[in-house]
Amino acid sequence: MPKATNPDDPNGDDGVQIDLISGERMDSLASTEKIRMILDGVHDGNIVILEEGLTPDEESKLIEMTMAEISPDAGFNGIEIETYPKSETKDSSLLGRLMGSNESAAKLTVIGPANQIETLHKDETLISALVSRN
Amino acid sequence: MGLLTGLKDSISRVTDRLFTDDQPKRIGIYGPPNAGKTTLANRIARDWTGDAVGTESHVPHETRRARRKEDVEIERDGQSVSIDIVDTPGVTTKVDYEEFTDEMEEDDAIRRSREATEGVAEAMHWLREDVDGVIYVLDSAEDPITQVNTMLIGIIESRDLPVLIFANKIDLDEASVKRIEDAFPQHKTVPLSAKEGQNMDEVYDNIAEYFG
Ligand SMILES: Nc1nc2c(ncn2[C@@H]2O[C@H](COP(=O)(O)OP(=O)(O)OP(=O)(O)O)[C@@H](O)[C@H]2O)c(=O)[nH]1
Ligand SMILES: [Mg+2]
Repeated sequence: MPKATNPDDPNGDDGVQIDLISGERMDSLASTEKIRMILDGVHDGNIVILEEGLTPDEESKLIEMTMAEISPDAGFNGIEIETYPKSETKDSSLLGRLMGSNESAAKLTVIGPANQIETLHKDETLISALVSRN
Repeated sequence: MGLLTGLKDSISRVTDRLFTDDQPKRIGIYGPPNAGKTTLANRIARDWTGDAVGTESHVPHETRRARRKEDVEIERDGQSVSIDIVDTPGVTTKVDYEEFTDEMEEDDAIRRSREATEGVAEAMHWLREDVDGVIYVLDSAEDPITQVNTMLIGIIESRDLPVLIFANKIDLDEASVKRIEDAFPQHKTVPLSAKEGQNMDEVYDNIAEYFG
């Protein structure tokens, strides 16, 4: 897994880990395994990027499993999830445009811990840079 | 109403029932927290049955258990359609108890957030297993393009459920029905104010047409 440093952090050692999961890797997993892998990454504080996104059914189970794991004591309050392109009509983000030119219908999906949503937004350029290398 | 006509009326209602294929359709009222789902469910139930369904509140996650109101008979143009309405907990991907600590004690806030997470899971379960159609309620004063709305609409579409989008709270100055229509052009959007009872005729016409 690539370890990227946070560009806003001058010391660079407080990096954010990004789990980039290829479509191929995902295809080899059962739905429950996919969701487990995503939530394990998010619990570790990582940002998980899925090259090919999830099916609606998997999204529905992801919401359900996330709810089951939210725990005020453990400091886990859920996930933030974004897909690119966001929608056909409204697509102004860099990453959105980048992915918009992609022929495949697959949506790139970025999932992170809700209490680190700042990181998710801040690292959008970082995420797009990583993704464009594919 | 005279005894005879009353009797004739109830007989014809029974035979109507016998000839409709099955049980009333279960219509799930879905949408993000605070959109006005319970306010709508209460209005529909009060208009056609006289009772309410659940409590409404400005604090999100007021509904934390799906609540069903059975056999709500809606009369339209001399026809009547019978549905079960299911008011569900607002769906989200995150619940932070600290959002409620302004409104209540910490213990209660933590309990509310625990119940809320169970409620959201239950709502998802109902969506996968137990509903025949969906009314998706949005607050017209808010941006409709959120990840949760996009995902939920996608999930509903993938299950081939008939869906109506209700653009609620049109009584608010900031309301924009067009923003919702533009966000989900593939579906019919019906503007209303569940709280003020605005445009309820169109609401019932559409319910009868889509779910009858
Ligand atoms: N202005 C306005 N307020 C409304 C309308 N409908 C509901 N509300 C208000 O919005 C708030 C939330 O309403 P609820 O019906 O409890 O919302 P809900 O979607 O059931 O919320 P959860 O159960 O928490 O998911 C309450 O303060 C309602 O009075 C409306 O048409 N106009
Ligand atoms: Mg409610």
